[in-house]
Amino acid sequence: MKLHRIVALITRHLFLYRRSLPRLMEIFYWPFLDLVVWGFITVYLMRFQGQLPGVVTFFLGALILWDVLFRAQQGITISFLEEIWARNLMNLFASPLKPSEFLAATMAMSVFKVMAVSIIMAVAALTFYSYNVFMIGLWLIPFVLNLIIAGWTIGVLTTSLIMRFGQEAEVLAWGMVFLFQPISCVFYPIEVLPKWLQAIAWANPAAHVFEGMRIVLNQSAVPLVHLAWAIGLNLLFLTFMVTWFHHTVNVCKEKGLLVRVGE
Amino acid sequence: MSHPIVEVQGLTKRFGEFTAVDGISFEIRQGEILGLLGPNGAGKTTTIQMLLSLITPTAGSIRMFGLDLATHRETILSQVNFSSTYISMPYSLTVEENLWFVAKLYGLTDIPRRIDEVVKKLEMEEFRSKVTRKLSSGQMTRLTLAKAILTEPKVLFLDEPTASLDPDIAHKTRSLLKEVRRSAGLSVLYTSHNMREMEDMSDRIIFLQRGKIVAQGTAQEIVKRFGQADLEEVFLKLAREK
Repeated sequence: MKLHRIVALITRHLFLYRRSLPRLMEIFYWPFLDLVVWGFITVYLMRFQGQLPGVVTFFLGALILWDVLFRAQQGITISFLEEIWARNLMNLFASPLKPSEFLAATMAMSVFKVMAVSIIMAVAALTFYSYNVFMIGLWLIPFVLNLIIAGWTIGVLTTSLIMRFGQEAEVLAWGMVFLFQPISCVFYPIEVLPKWLQAIAWANPAAHVFEGMRIVLNQSAVPLVHLAWAIGLNLLFLTFMVTWFHHTVNVCKEKGLLVRVGE
Repeated sequence: MSHPIVEVQGLTKRFGEFTAVDGISFEIRQGEILGLLGPNGAGKTTTIQMLLSLITPTAGSIRMFGLDLATHRETILSQVNFSSTYISMPYSLTVEENLWFVAKLYGLTDIPRRIDEVVKKLEMEEFRSKVTRKLSSGQMTRLTLAKAILTEPKVLFLDEPTASLDPDIAHKTRSLLKEVRRSAGLSVLYTSHNMREMEDMSDRIIFLQRGKIVAQGTAQEIVKRFGQADLEEVFLKLAREK
Protein backbone atom coordinates (compact mmCIF):
# COMPACT_ATOMS: atom_id res chain seq x y z
CA MET A 1 0.00 0.00 0.00
CA LYS A 2 1.21 3.50 -0.87
CA LEU A 3 0.24 6.21 1.61
CA HIS A 4 0.28 9.02 -0.98
CA ARG A 5 -2.50 7.34 -2.97
CA ILE A 6 -4.66 6.94 0.15
CA VAL A 7 -3.99 10.56 1.13
CA ALA A 8 -4.92 11.68 -2.42
CA LEU A 9 -8.30 9.99 -2.19
CA ILE A 10 -9.05 11.26 1.31
CA THR A 11 -8.15 14.82 0.33
CA ARG A 12 -10.29 14.57 -2.81
CA HIS A 13 -13.30 13.74 -0.61
CA LEU A 14 -12.48 16.47 1.91
CA PHE A 15 -12.35 18.98 -0.98
CA LEU A 16 -15.95 17.96 -1.70
CA TYR A 17 -17.17 18.67 1.81
CA ARG A 18 -15.58 22.10 1.75
CA ARG A 19 -18.15 23.54 -0.62
CA SER A 20 -21.10 21.16 -0.67
CA LEU A 21 -24.10 21.96 1.51
CA PRO A 22 -25.92 18.62 0.89
CA ARG A 23 -22.82 16.72 1.98
CA LEU A 24 -22.48 18.82 5.11
CA MET A 25 -26.17 18.24 5.84
CA GLU A 26 -25.50 14.53 5.76
CA ILE A 27 -23.14 15.08 8.68
CA PHE A 28 -24.95 17.81 10.62
CA TYR A 29 -28.63 17.93 9.71
CA TRP A 30 -29.89 14.32 9.70
CA PRO A 31 -28.09 13.11 12.83
CA PHE A 32 -29.28 16.22 14.67
CA LEU A 33 -32.90 15.67 13.58
CA ASP A 34 -32.66 12.00 14.55
CA LEU A 35 -31.56 13.00 17.98
CA VAL A 36 -34.32 15.60 18.39
CA VAL A 37 -37.09 13.12 17.44
CA TRP A 38 -35.74 10.30 19.57
CA GLY A 39 -35.06 12.75 22.37
CA PHE A 40 -38.73 13.74 22.54
CA ILE A 41 -39.78 10.07 22.43
CA THR A 42 -37.42 9.49 25.33
CA VAL A 43 -38.82 12.46 27.25
CA TYR A 44 -42.29 10.98 26.79
CA LEU A 45 -41.18 7.51 27.88
CA MET A 46 -39.58 8.97 30.99
CA ARG A 47 -43.10 9.35 32.37
CA PHE A 48 -43.05 5.57 32.69
CA GLN A 49 -39.64 5.57 34.36
CA GLY A 50 -40.94 3.10 36.95
CA GLN A 51 -41.74 0.45 34.39
CA LEU A 52 -38.76 1.24 32.15
CA PRO A 53 -35.74 2.06 34.32
CA GLY A 54 -32.84 3.83 32.59
CA VAL A 55 -34.93 4.62 29.55
CA VAL A 56 -32.97 7.79 28.67
CA THR A 57 -29.61 6.11 28.76
CA PHE A 58 -30.86 3.16 26.76
CA PHE A 59 -32.54 5.12 24.00
CA LEU A 60 -30.23 8.08 23.52
CA GLY A 61 -27.09 6.02 24.10
CA ALA A 62 -28.32 3.39 21.67
CA LEU A 63 -29.26 6.03 19.10
CA ILE A 64 -25.82 7.63 19.20
CA LEU A 65 -24.09 4.26 18.95
CA TRP A 66 -26.38 3.15 16.10
CA ASP A 67 -25.39 6.29 14.23
CA VAL A 68 -21.74 5.31 14.65
CA LEU A 69 -22.45 2.07 12.77
CA PHE A 70 -24.66 3.79 10.19
CA ARG A 71 -22.14 6.57 9.41
CA ALA A 72 -19.25 4.09 9.28
CA GLN A 73 -21.15 2.15 6.60
CA GLN A 74 -22.13 5.34 4.76
CA GLY A 75 -18.57 6.61 4.84
CA ILE A 76 -17.53 3.68 2.67
CA THR A 77 -20.55 3.36 0.39
CA ILE A 78 -21.13 7.07 -0.25
CA SER A 79 -17.44 7.58 -1.03
CA PHE A 80 -17.77 4.90 -3.71
CA LEU A 81 -21.01 6.43 -5.03
CA GLU A 82 -19.30 9.83 -5.24
CA GLU A 83 -16.86 8.29 -7.73
CA ILE A 84 -19.75 6.86 -9.77
CA TRP A 85 -21.67 10.16 -9.77
CA ALA A 86 -18.52 12.04 -10.84
CA ARG A 87 -17.74 9.41 -13.55
CA ASN A 88 -14.35 9.13 -11.89
CA LEU A 89 -14.12 5.35 -11.43
CA MET A 90 -12.21 4.86 -14.68
CA ASN A 91 -9.66 7.48 -13.65
CA LEU A 92 -9.13 5.63 -10.39
CA PHE A 93 -8.99 2.05 -11.61
CA ALA A 94 -6.81 2.96 -14.61
CA SER A 95 -4.31 4.50 -12.19
CA PRO A 96 -1.83 2.52 -10.04
CA LEU A 97 -4.37 2.66 -7.17
CA LYS A 98 -4.99 -0.78 -5.66
CA PRO A 99 -8.45 -1.90 -4.48
CA SER A 100 -7.02 -2.25 -0.96
CA GLU A 101 -5.85 1.40 -1.06
CA PHE A 102 -9.28 2.46 -2.27
CA LEU A 103 -10.87 0.64 0.68
CA ALA A 104 -8.36 2.09 3.14
CA ALA A 105 -9.22 5.62 1.97
CA THR A 106 -12.96 5.03 2.27
CA MET A 107 -12.44 3.56 5.75
CA ALA A 108 -10.52 6.67 6.76
CA MET A 109 -13.36 8.80 5.39
CA SER A 110 -15.84 6.80 7.43
CA VAL A 111 -13.82 7.44 10.61
CA PHE A 112 -13.89 11.15 9.78
CA LYS A 113 -17.69 11.05 9.36
CA VAL A 114 -18.22 9.03 12.53
CA MET A 115 -16.14 11.48 14.54
CA ALA A 116 -17.99 14.52 13.16
CA VAL A 117 -21.45 12.99 13.67
CA SER A 118 -20.64 11.62 17.13
CA ILE A 119 -19.39 14.99 18.38
CA ILE A 120 -22.52 16.72 17.11
CA MET A 121 -24.86 14.14 18.62
CA ALA A 122 -23.02 13.96 21.92
CA VAL A 123 -23.06 17.75 22.32
CA ALA A 124 -26.74 17.99 21.26
CA ALA A 125 -27.76 15.21 23.67
CA LEU A 126 -25.95 16.95 26.52
CA THR A 127 -27.37 20.38 25.64
CA PHE A 128 -31.00 19.48 25.03
CA TYR A 129 -31.57 16.38 27.16
CA SER A 130 -28.77 16.61 29.75
CA TYR A 131 -27.62 13.22 28.58
CA ASN A 132 -23.91 12.46 28.76
CA VAL A 133 -22.98 9.58 26.46
CA PHE A 134 -19.63 9.26 28.24
CA MET A 135 -21.45 7.93 31.31
CA ILE A 136 -20.98 4.54 29.62
CA GLY A 137 -17.36 5.08 30.64
CA LEU A 138 -14.24 3.54 29.12
CA TRP A 139 -16.31 0.73 27.66
CA LEU A 140 -17.45 3.27 25.10
CA ILE A 141 -14.09 3.04 23.31
CA PRO A 142 -14.13 -0.69 22.40
CA PHE A 143 -17.88 -0.48 21.68
CA VAL A 144 -17.42 2.36 19.23
CA LEU A 145 -14.41 0.70 17.56
CA ASN A 146 -16.39 -2.50 17.08
CA LEU A 147 -19.37 -0.62 15.67
CA ILE A 148 -17.09 1.17 13.21
CA ILE A 149 -15.71 -2.17 12.02
CA ALA A 150 -19.24 -3.63 11.77
CA GLY A 151 -20.20 -0.56 9.71
CA TRP A 152 -17.18 -1.09 7.44
CA THR A 153 -18.22 -4.70 6.85
CA ILE A 154 -21.73 -3.67 5.78
CA GLY A 155 -20.22 -0.79 3.75
CA VAL A 156 -17.86 -3.08 1.84
CA LEU A 157 -20.71 -5.54 1.22
CA THR A 158 -22.95 -2.76 -0.13
CA THR A 159 -20.16 -1.30 -2.27
CA SER A 160 -19.43 -4.71 -3.79
CA LEU A 161 -23.12 -5.18 -4.65
CA ILE A 162 -23.35 -1.73 -6.27
CA MET A 163 -20.19 -2.39 -8.26
CA ARG A 164 -21.50 -5.76 -9.41
CA PHE A 165 -25.12 -4.80 -10.15
CA GLY A 166 -24.66 -1.15 -11.13
CA GLN A 167 -26.44 2.02 -10.17
CA GLU A 168 -29.77 0.19 -9.85
CA ALA A 169 -28.39 -1.17 -6.60
CA GLU A 170 -27.65 2.37 -5.38
CA VAL A 171 -30.64 2.30 -3.04
CA LEU A 172 -28.75 -0.29 -0.97
CA ALA A 173 -26.39 2.47 0.16
CA TRP A 174 -29.19 3.78 2.40
CA GLY A 175 -31.23 0.62 2.91
CA MET A 176 -28.77 -2.20 3.52
CA VAL A 177 -27.79 -1.19 7.03
CA PHE A 178 -31.44 -1.28 8.16
CA LEU A 179 -31.59 -4.94 7.19
CA PHE A 180 -29.18 -5.47 10.09
CA GLN A 181 -31.00 -3.16 12.53
CA PRO A 182 -33.60 -5.67 13.81
CA ILE A 183 -30.89 -8.22 14.59
CA SER A 184 -28.57 -5.59 16.07
CA CYS A 185 -31.01 -5.20 18.97
CA VAL A 186 -30.26 -1.50 19.22
CA PHE A 187 -33.27 -0.42 21.27
CA TYR A 188 -34.35 -3.71 22.88
CA PRO A 189 -32.65 -6.71 24.47
CA ILE A 190 -31.94 -9.73 22.33
CA GLU A 191 -34.30 -11.93 24.35
CA VAL A 192 -37.35 -10.17 22.85
CA LEU A 193 -36.55 -11.74 19.48
CA PRO A 194 -38.02 -15.11 18.54
CA LYS A 195 -35.64 -17.97 19.29
CA TRP A 196 -34.68 -18.59 15.64
CA LEU A 197 -33.91 -14.88 15.12
CA GLN A 198 -31.88 -14.79 18.32
CA ALA A 199 -29.59 -17.42 16.84
CA ILE A 200 -28.98 -15.14 13.83
CA ALA A 201 -28.59 -12.06 16.01
CA TRP A 202 -25.85 -13.72 18.07
CA ALA A 203 -23.81 -13.97 14.84
CA ASN A 204 -24.07 -10.21 14.43
CA PRO A 205 -21.21 -8.32 16.12
CA ALA A 206 -23.37 -5.20 16.56
CA ALA A 207 -25.85 -7.20 18.70
CA HIS A 208 -23.02 -8.09 21.06
CA VAL A 209 -22.04 -4.42 21.33
CA PHE A 210 -25.57 -3.27 22.17
CA GLU A 211 -26.07 -6.14 24.62
CA GLY A 212 -22.75 -5.18 26.18
CA MET A 213 -23.84 -1.55 26.43
CA ARG A 214 -27.01 -2.54 28.28
CA ILE A 215 -25.02 -4.69 30.68
CA VAL A 216 -22.68 -1.76 31.44
CA LEU A 217 -25.61 0.64 31.95
CA ASN A 218 -27.38 -1.81 34.24
CA GLN A 219 -24.06 -2.28 36.03
CA SER A 220 -25.00 -5.92 36.19
CA ALA A 221 -21.71 -7.40 34.94
CA VAL A 222 -18.57 -6.80 32.88
CA PRO A 223 -19.39 -7.47 29.21
CA LEU A 224 -16.08 -9.15 28.34
CA VAL A 225 -17.70 -12.13 26.65
CA HIS A 226 -19.78 -9.89 24.39
CA LEU A 227 -16.74 -7.78 23.57
CA ALA A 228 -14.72 -10.87 22.68
CA TRP A 229 -17.52 -12.15 20.43
CA ALA A 230 -17.87 -8.76 18.76
CA ILE A 231 -14.14 -8.56 18.03
CA GLY A 232 -13.95 -12.14 16.76
CA LEU A 233 -17.01 -11.86 14.52
CA ASN A 234 -15.92 -8.45 13.22
CA LEU A 235 -12.49 -9.70 12.23
CA LEU A 236 -13.98 -12.75 10.55
CA PHE A 237 -16.64 -10.85 8.57
CA LEU A 238 -14.40 -7.93 7.62
CA THR A 239 -11.71 -10.28 6.31
CA PHE A 240 -14.34 -12.15 4.32
CA MET A 241 -15.87 -8.95 2.90
CA VAL A 242 -12.53 -7.42 1.89
CA THR A 243 -11.64 -10.67 0.12
CA TRP A 244 -15.05 -10.66 -1.56
CA PHE A 245 -14.56 -7.02 -2.63
CA HIS A 246 -11.29 -7.95 -4.38
CA HIS A 247 -13.06 -10.88 -6.02
CA THR A 248 -15.89 -8.57 -7.16
CA VAL A 249 -13.40 -6.12 -8.71
CA ASN A 250 -11.93 -9.03 -10.70
CA VAL A 251 -15.37 -10.27 -11.77
CA CYS A 252 -16.33 -6.74 -12.87
CA LYS A 253 -13.12 -6.44 -14.90
CA GLU A 254 -13.86 -9.82 -16.45
CA LYS A 255 -17.40 -8.83 -17.42
CA GLY A 256 -16.49 -5.25 -18.41
CA LEU A 257 -18.77 -3.87 -15.69
CA LEU A 258 -16.24 -1.54 -14.11
CA VAL A 259 -16.33 0.82 -17.10
CA ARG A 260 -20.14 0.74 -17.24
CA VAL A 261 -21.01 1.01 -13.56
CA GLY A 262 -21.98 4.70 -13.83
CA GLU A 263 -24.12 4.32 -16.95
CA MET B 1 12.06 5.31 -32.95
CA SER B 2 13.46 2.27 -31.20
CA HIS B 3 12.31 -0.75 -29.21
CA PRO B 4 8.64 -1.60 -28.58
CA ILE B 5 7.18 -0.09 -25.40
CA VAL B 6 3.78 -1.74 -25.80
CA GLU B 7 3.50 -5.31 -27.11
CA VAL B 8 0.08 -6.83 -27.66
CA GLN B 9 -0.22 -10.47 -28.69
CA GLY B 10 -3.41 -12.28 -29.71
CA LEU B 11 -5.58 -9.95 -27.61
CA THR B 12 -9.15 -11.21 -27.42
CA LYS B 13 -12.20 -10.13 -25.46
CA ARG B 14 -15.45 -12.00 -25.51
CA PHE B 15 -18.59 -10.98 -23.65
CA GLY B 16 -20.61 -14.17 -23.71
CA GLU B 17 -21.24 -14.98 -27.38
CA PHE B 18 -20.12 -11.55 -28.59
CA THR B 19 -16.48 -11.09 -29.56
CA ALA B 20 -15.49 -7.44 -29.09
CA VAL B 21 -11.80 -7.86 -29.84
CA ASP B 22 -10.63 -10.84 -31.85
CA GLY B 23 -7.00 -11.89 -31.52
CA ILE B 24 -5.29 -8.63 -32.41
CA SER B 25 -1.53 -8.17 -32.22
CA PHE B 26 0.43 -4.94 -32.52
CA GLU B 27 3.20 -2.98 -30.90
CA ILE B 28 3.92 0.66 -30.19
CA ARG B 29 7.54 1.71 -30.34
CA GLN B 30 9.14 4.37 -28.17
CA GLY B 31 8.19 7.83 -29.41
CA GLU B 32 5.65 6.47 -31.87
CA ILE B 33 2.07 7.66 -32.33
CA LEU B 34 -0.10 4.75 -33.39
CA GLY B 35 -3.56 5.58 -34.71
CA LEU B 36 -6.40 3.19 -33.94
CA LEU B 37 -9.13 3.61 -36.50
CA GLY B 38 -12.46 1.94 -37.01
CA PRO B 39 -16.21 2.46 -37.03
CA ASN B 40 -18.25 2.54 -33.82
CA GLY B 41 -18.27 -0.89 -32.18
CA ALA B 42 -15.04 -1.98 -33.90
CA GLY B 43 -13.34 -2.66 -30.56
CA LYS B 44 -11.15 0.45 -30.20
CA THR B 45 -12.38 1.50 -26.76
CA THR B 46 -12.42 -2.09 -25.46
CA THR B 47 -8.80 -2.45 -26.61
CA ILE B 48 -7.79 0.73 -24.77
CA GLN B 49 -9.70 -0.39 -21.67
CA MET B 50 -7.81 -3.70 -21.69
CA LEU B 51 -4.53 -1.79 -22.05
CA LEU B 52 -5.54 0.23 -18.98
CA SER B 53 -6.38 -2.92 -16.99
CA LEU B 54 -10.04 -1.88 -16.72
CA ILE B 55 -11.15 -5.00 -18.57
CA THR B 56 -9.50 -8.41 -18.29
CA PRO B 57 -8.73 -9.98 -21.68
CA THR B 58 -10.27 -13.37 -22.47
CA ALA B 59 -7.04 -14.40 -24.19
CA GLY B 60 -3.73 -12.93 -25.28
CA SER B 61 -1.10 -10.88 -23.54
CA ILE B 62 -0.25 -7.22 -22.97
CA ARG B 63 3.30 -6.25 -22.15
CA MET B 64 4.55 -2.73 -21.48
CA PHE B 65 8.16 -1.74 -20.74
CA GLY B 66 8.94 -5.47 -21.02
CA LEU B 67 6.55 -6.34 -18.15
CA ASP B 68 3.31 -8.32 -18.22
CA LEU B 69 0.32 -6.10 -17.36
CA ALA B 70 -1.45 -8.99 -15.62
CA THR B 71 1.33 -9.33 -13.04
CA HIS B 72 2.90 -5.82 -12.94
CA ARG B 73 -0.19 -3.63 -13.02
CA GLU B 74 0.98 -1.06 -10.46
CA THR B 75 4.45 -0.52 -12.00
CA ILE B 76 3.05 -0.23 -15.51
CA LEU B 77 0.08 2.02 -14.75
CA SER B 78 2.25 4.49 -12.84
CA GLN B 79 3.96 5.23 -16.19
CA VAL B 80 0.78 5.32 -18.26
CA ASN B 81 -2.12 7.74 -18.51
CA PHE B 82 -5.14 8.31 -20.70
CA SER B 83 -7.72 10.80 -21.81
CA SER B 84 -11.11 10.09 -23.24
CA THR B 85 -14.24 11.97 -24.15
CA TYR B 86 -16.10 9.32 -22.16
CA ILE B 87 -14.62 10.20 -18.78
CA SER B 88 -15.08 13.12 -16.49
CA MET B 89 -13.39 14.49 -13.40
CA PRO B 90 -14.99 15.10 -9.97
CA TYR B 91 -17.31 17.99 -10.81
CA SER B 92 -17.46 19.58 -7.35
CA LEU B 93 -13.71 20.14 -7.30
CA THR B 94 -11.95 23.04 -8.99
CA VAL B 95 -9.67 22.39 -11.95
CA GLU B 96 -6.65 22.92 -9.75
CA GLU B 97 -7.93 20.59 -7.01
CA ASN B 98 -8.56 17.89 -9.60
CA LEU B 99 -5.05 18.23 -10.95
CA TRP B 100 -3.64 18.17 -7.43
CA PHE B 101 -5.57 14.96 -6.71
CA VAL B 102 -4.22 13.24 -9.84
CA ALA B 103 -0.67 14.41 -9.12
CA LYS B 104 -0.86 13.05 -5.57
CA LEU B 105 -2.42 9.79 -6.78
CA TYR B 106 0.55 9.21 -9.08
CA GLY B 107 3.06 10.25 -6.41
CA LEU B 108 4.43 13.36 -8.17
CA THR B 109 6.78 15.65 -6.29
CA ASP B 110 6.80 19.45 -6.60
CA ILE B 111 3.13 19.35 -7.50
CA PRO B 112 2.46 23.15 -7.69
CA ARG B 113 5.27 23.64 -10.24
CA ARG B 114 4.05 20.74 -12.37
CA ILE B 115 0.43 21.99 -12.28
CA ASP B 116 1.58 25.48 -13.30
CA GLU B 117 3.48 24.02 -16.27
CA VAL B 118 0.56 21.99 -17.56
CA VAL B 119 -1.99 24.75 -16.98
CA LYS B 120 0.22 27.11 -19.00
CA LYS B 121 0.83 24.60 -21.79
CA LEU B 122 -2.89 23.93 -22.26
CA GLU B 123 -3.85 27.58 -21.79
CA MET B 124 -6.04 26.85 -18.78
CA GLU B 125 -5.05 29.85 -16.64
CA GLU B 126 -8.41 31.58 -16.92
CA PHE B 127 -10.36 28.60 -15.56
CA ARG B 128 -7.88 26.93 -13.21
CA SER B 129 -9.86 28.09 -10.15
CA LYS B 130 -13.24 27.29 -11.66
CA VAL B 131 -15.36 24.44 -10.30
CA THR B 132 -15.29 21.59 -12.83
CA ARG B 133 -19.09 21.42 -13.16
CA LYS B 134 -19.03 24.94 -14.66
CA LEU B 135 -16.57 24.10 -17.44
CA SER B 136 -17.59 24.09 -21.09
CA SER B 137 -17.12 20.78 -22.92
CA GLY B 138 -13.97 22.12 -24.56
CA GLN B 139 -12.54 23.18 -21.20
CA MET B 140 -13.47 19.77 -19.78
CA THR B 141 -11.59 18.04 -22.60
CA ARG B 142 -8.57 20.20 -21.86
CA LEU B 143 -8.79 19.23 -18.20
CA THR B 144 -8.82 15.50 -18.99
CA LEU B 145 -5.88 16.05 -21.34
CA ALA B 146 -4.09 18.00 -18.63
CA LYS B 147 -4.59 15.17 -16.14
CA ALA B 148 -3.19 12.77 -18.75
CA ILE B 149 0.06 14.65 -19.39
CA LEU B 150 0.42 15.97 -15.83
CA THR B 151 1.90 12.70 -14.59
CA GLU B 152 4.64 12.70 -17.27
CA PRO B 153 3.65 9.29 -18.60
CA LYS B 154 5.76 7.25 -21.00
CA VAL B 155 2.67 5.88 -22.72
CA LEU B 156 -0.51 7.80 -23.40
CA PHE B 157 -3.84 6.38 -24.56
CA LEU B 158 -6.02 9.04 -26.13
CA ASP B 159 -9.59 8.15 -27.06
CA GLU B 160 -10.93 10.95 -29.30
CA PRO B 161 -9.01 13.59 -27.34
CA THR B 162 -9.94 16.55 -29.53
CA ALA B 163 -13.59 15.61 -30.13
CA SER B 164 -15.12 18.66 -28.46
CA LEU B 165 -12.35 21.21 -28.95
CA ASP B 166 -12.63 24.20 -31.26
CA PRO B 167 -10.21 24.09 -34.24
CA ASP B 168 -7.77 26.49 -32.60
CA ILE B 169 -7.45 24.57 -29.33
CA ALA B 170 -7.53 21.23 -31.19
CA HIS B 171 -4.60 22.41 -33.34
CA LYS B 172 -2.71 23.61 -30.26
CA THR B 173 -3.42 20.31 -28.51
CA ARG B 174 -2.05 18.32 -31.44
CA SER B 175 1.05 20.52 -31.52
CA LEU B 176 1.48 20.03 -27.79
CA LEU B 177 1.21 16.26 -28.08
CA LYS B 178 3.75 16.25 -30.89
CA GLU B 179 6.07 18.39 -28.82
CA VAL B 180 5.72 16.16 -25.74
CA ARG B 181 6.31 13.14 -27.96
CA ARG B 182 9.50 14.75 -29.32
CA SER B 183 10.87 15.98 -26.00
CA ALA B 184 9.92 13.04 -23.76
CA GLY B 185 9.92 10.17 -26.25
CA LEU B 186 6.25 9.62 -25.44
CA SER B 187 4.47 6.68 -27.07
CA VAL B 188 0.83 7.32 -27.93
CA LEU B 189 -2.16 5.24 -28.96
CA TYR B 190 -4.62 7.59 -30.59
CA THR B 191 -8.21 7.18 -31.71
CA SER B 192 -10.21 9.77 -33.61
CA HIS B 193 -12.98 9.98 -36.16
CA ASN B 194 -11.25 12.97 -37.74
CA MET B 195 -9.33 11.40 -40.66
CA ARG B 196 -7.22 14.48 -41.37
CA GLU B 197 -6.17 14.50 -37.74
CA MET B 198 -5.31 10.80 -37.94
CA GLU B 199 -3.13 11.38 -41.00
CA ASP B 200 -1.49 14.38 -39.36
CA MET B 201 -0.82 12.72 -36.00
CA SER B 202 -0.13 9.05 -36.62
CA ASP B 203 3.14 7.45 -37.64
CA ARG B 204 1.22 4.25 -38.31
CA ILE B 205 -2.45 3.35 -38.35
CA ILE B 206 -4.26 0.17 -37.41
CA PHE B 207 -7.72 -0.24 -38.87
CA LEU B 208 -10.09 -2.30 -36.72
CA GLN B 209 -13.35 -3.78 -37.89
CA ARG B 210 -15.55 -6.12 -35.86
CA GLY B 211 -12.69 -6.62 -33.44
CA LYS B 212 -10.13 -7.63 -36.07
CA ILE B 213 -7.25 -5.76 -37.65
CA VAL B 214 -8.16 -5.39 -41.34
CA ALA B 215 -5.39 -3.01 -42.36
CA GLN B 216 -2.25 -1.50 -40.93
CA GLY B 217 0.62 0.70 -42.06
CA THR B 218 1.21 4.38 -42.65
CA ALA B 219 -1.76 6.45 -43.83
CA GLN B 220 -0.28 6.58 -47.34
CA GLU B 221 0.27 2.81 -47.43
CA ILE B 222 -3.33 2.14 -46.39
CA VAL B 223 -4.77 4.63 -48.89
CA LYS B 224 -2.64 3.10 -51.68
CA ARG B 225 -3.51 -0.47 -50.73
CA PHE B 226 -7.25 0.18 -50.93
CA GLY B 227 -6.97 2.31 -54.07
CA GLN B 228 -8.84 5.24 -52.55
CA ALA B 229 -8.25 8.97 -52.69
CA ASP B 230 -7.73 9.47 -48.96
CA LEU B 231 -8.11 7.89 -45.53
CA GLU B 232 -11.72 9.06 -45.22
CA GLU B 233 -12.69 7.07 -48.33
CA VAL B 234 -10.88 4.02 -47.00
CA PHE B 235 -12.81 4.40 -43.77
CA LEU B 236 -16.15 4.65 -45.60
CA LYS B 237 -15.33 1.66 -47.81
CA LEU B 238 -14.32 -0.55 -44.88
CA ALA B 239 -17.07 0.62 -42.56
CA ARG B 240 -19.75 -0.11 -45.15
CA GLU B 241 -18.48 -3.58 -46.02
CA LYS B 242 -20.74 -6.36 -44.76
